[in-house]
Amino acid sequence: MNAGIPLQYFLVLATIMFFTGIYGFLTRRNLITILMSTELILNSVNINFMAFNRYLFPHKLDGMFFSLFIIAVAAAEAAVAIAIIINIYRRFTTINVEDVDEMKF
Amino acid sequence: MTANQIMFLLFSVIVVVCSILTVTSRKILRAAVYLLFVLVSTSGLYFMLNYQFLAAVQLTLYAGGIVVLIIFSILLTSHISQKFEPIGWKKSAFSALAVIAGAIVTIVTILDFRFAASGKAAVEADMKLIGKSLLGTGFEGYALPFEVISILLIAAMVAAIVIAKKGGPSRSDSQTLKQ
Repeated sequence: MNAGIPLQYFLVLATIMFFTGIYGFLTRRNLITILMSTELILNSVNINFMAFNRYLFPHKLDGMFFSLFIIAVAAAEAAVAIAIIINIYRRFTTINVEDVDEMKF
Repeated sequence: MTANQIMFLLFSVIVVVCSILTVTSRKILRAAVYLLFVLVSTSGLYFMLNYQFLAAVQLTLYAGGIVVLIIFSILLTSHISQKFEPIGWKKSAFSALAVIAGAIVTIVTILDFRFAASGKAAVEADMKLIGKSLLGTGFEGYALPFEVISILLIAAMVAAIVIAKKGGPSRSDSQTLKQ
């Protein structure tokens, strides 16, 4: 299984994905695209956990459960974030981070 | 090149290209669809690692749940034909510089480090073992994080409903409740 694919390939792939997410987080201005960048970052961490679990500790399932819990947290975070975004849109009629600069009236 | 390597190459090319397009695309709905491609090919990587359960969870929860949620919120808050204005070159150049520097440092460290495998026999992640571990309280049991996650999900659900509800409870409502 996995003949000819060293662990490092998975880690480099996850690194590229992680830093792409960071780039999006830094440059995007729309709240939903920022949320999408966060999903990319969380997903790359999951790849790391799974690869480490399979290659280094195949007799345990710790990495798999960590990924499972990260996915659950990501789902909860997306639900709350989208509720907040919709509320912001209702109040300011925009979700551009540079136009939403008041926390309270 | 074996079939395994070809599959890995395919998945990683899709992941890299589509994640870059996700963060650079100027149309928001396209960005969401590229994110869907990234998540689906990540689930392909999990299948390659032989974790079928987690790959299925990834497909249903991420690709099925979160992306649909994101697309719904895009449809509620943006015009489909609207394009983002391009980012200033200064912002994008400095962000790219920081990101590439960080990526180079991390990749060099990864390639330098010598990972030591435990070398023990692999255990297959079948449903029975996953269920027993998730609800086990003894050694290698995950009952506590399982319960914490369920409380978090309940709290998130209630919070999402309360936040997105149209207006709070008005004053007359609370007064009638008191009477």
